[in-house]
Amino acid sequence: MKIIVCIKQVPDTTEVRLNPETGTLIREGVPSIINPDDKCGLEAALVLKDKYDAHVTVLTMGPTQADFALKEALAMGADEAILMTDRAFAGADTWATSLTLAKALEKMEYDLIIAGRQAIDGDTAQVGPELAEHLKIPHVSYVEALEKGDDSSLILKRKFEDGYHKVKVKMPCLITTLSEMNKPRYMKVGLVFDAHREKEIKKLTFDDLDINKEEIGLKGSPTKVKKSFTKGAKTAGKVYKDLDEKEAAKLIVEKLKEKFII
Amino acid sequence: MMDKKDYRGVFVFVEQRNKEIQNVSLELIGIGKELAENLNQKVTAVLLGNEVKEIEKLGYYGADNIIYAEDEELDIYMTEPYTKVLKEVIEDKKPEIVLFGATAIGRDVAPRLAGRIHTGLTADCTKLEINEDNNDLMMTRPAFGGNIMATIECPDHRPQMATVRPGVMKKADKDTTKRVEIEKFSVKIEEKDKTYEILEVVEEKTNKIDIQEANILVSGGRGVGNPDNFKLLEDTAQILGGVVSSSRAAVDSDWMPKEVQVGQTGKTVRPDLYIACGISGAIQHLAGMEESEFIVAVNKDETAPIFEASDVGIVGDLNKVLPALNQELKKLKEEKEAL
Repeated sequence: MKIIVCIKQVPDTTEVRLNPETGTLIREGVPSIINPDDKCGLEAALVLKDKYDAHVTVLTMGPTQADFALKEALAMGADEAILMTDRAFAGADTWATSLTLAKALEKMEYDLIIAGRQAIDGDTAQVGPELAEHLKIPHVSYVEALEKGDDSSLILKRKFEDGYHKVKVKMPCLITTLSEMNKPRYMKVGLVFDAHREKEIKKLTFDDLDINKEEIGLKGSPTKVKKSFTKGAKTAGKVYKDLDEKEAAKLIVEKLKEKFII
Repeated sequence: MMDKKDYRGVFVFVEQRNKEIQNVSLELIGIGKELAENLNQKVTAVLLGNEVKEIEKLGYYGADNIIYAEDEELDIYMTEPYTKVLKEVIEDKKPEIVLFGATAIGRDVAPRLAGRIHTGLTADCTKLEINEDNNDLMMTRPAFGGNIMATIECPDHRPQMATVRPGVMKKADKDTTKRVEIEKFSVKIEEKDKTYEILEVVEEKTNKIDIQEANILVSGGRGVGNPDNFKLLEDTAQILGGVVSSSRAAVDSDWMPKEVQVGQTGKTVRPDLYIACGISGAIQHLAGMEESEFIVAVNKDETAPIFEASDVGIVGDLNKVLPALNQELKKLKEEKEAL
């Protein structure tokens, strides 16, 4: 069984702070991590490796520094790592990103492609399904649990707001994983050494793909960012610092009455 | 090459689960109607399902037209049959804009469809408006966990597609006199369209009220201190006729279940009253509740960012303030009942 896990290196958005004076993002010192949903997808793949001796390849698209995320994946137990990096890939929206990934994946052998449901920097949840569409393979998103069925199928728990569907899907297919599904393992010391010294990260650039420059990157993106801005803080109400609890309670009740809430 | 002028109308994908039309779709018809009026066009509800109940509701909340693809195979959501039918509807009717709920269904079918018809899709929009200069749809969404906002357009592809989270847009006023004709759209689902097989459908009924439906939320965060202290919040909620919700910190600590989490990775809420207790107000949390009508915050830390988003802020210990508040509220209730 050959599994390819698509991962993304993202800034840890929970560590991103706003500069209160300028209202801009403070990006310095914000650590880069493997996107949480993707890391759980990798863990799911590694469980299949442990049980069925699956071969696990991790794939990422990003700047050259993204190899750090791949090294972490290797140190967790992935067998191979591929970095897709080229200026021609930059500025892509989900449509162009998924097409670029598809062009690399169509030259590779796989039974299962795993992608995290969504990345914490973009939160779109679109690349997985769009990638499956470009590859013309079935996808199941929002996967919460996974087990192997007979030889060529998977049994999945597909989450909805009010329950789940237990589904059976034939491979090759793509699934997107939820971070609720497992707790990713830590890196292994011996593997960390291998990841940094022994294992080579394969690089793919524009020249390795059969694709036209107009179809990918910023040019190939149907959506364009017109502007971006930080949210202006709402005008703050009044903050009362020196009330005892009784005064505070009375004040809240008064305000709620004023607003006809009670 | 496609001609943008051939594409007209605002379409809303209507989500049904268990044959019931979901609220998010009515909300989308509300914003869809506004956009359509701006463009001098119509808003059309596109429903896929079988024996769906209360279809007339779509008209009451503003739909000018209803397209209904009714088939047994569309009763329960499956990716490929839905994608196939929506593609046929879009190719046949050529809408200018298509809106989807950012739900477990909408966020599955919309990207698959966008991939197939080669158009842009913007996720989790919080604001949709028409650009006065060129009539393009301007889609504004949070990124970086709600830290920045981006306005996105899809200039050269049609339809322009967006998903919107439940609770973000407001329903239009209900008009039960409005009658809308239902146009049936015939479909043919084949075996090969079922790209996976549903073995079992499991409903996980929770007895809890949906926090997105509540008018009053009493919400607790890390500052509540321990799960037992949530009892105080429950008391307040009970007296006010509200529901208890929480921040991510309280969910991560296993004090509260995930389904009551407010914020970027939880639910977006806009109740009449939101009482934030021991919630510091990380941007991710504010993104999910700042549209609430009236916000009261109680927090020990006077530098907590929640105070910047609240209408009334109390710097104090919630373990003291809440019992006092509950007492005041009870007193008031008793006075009212005595009248």
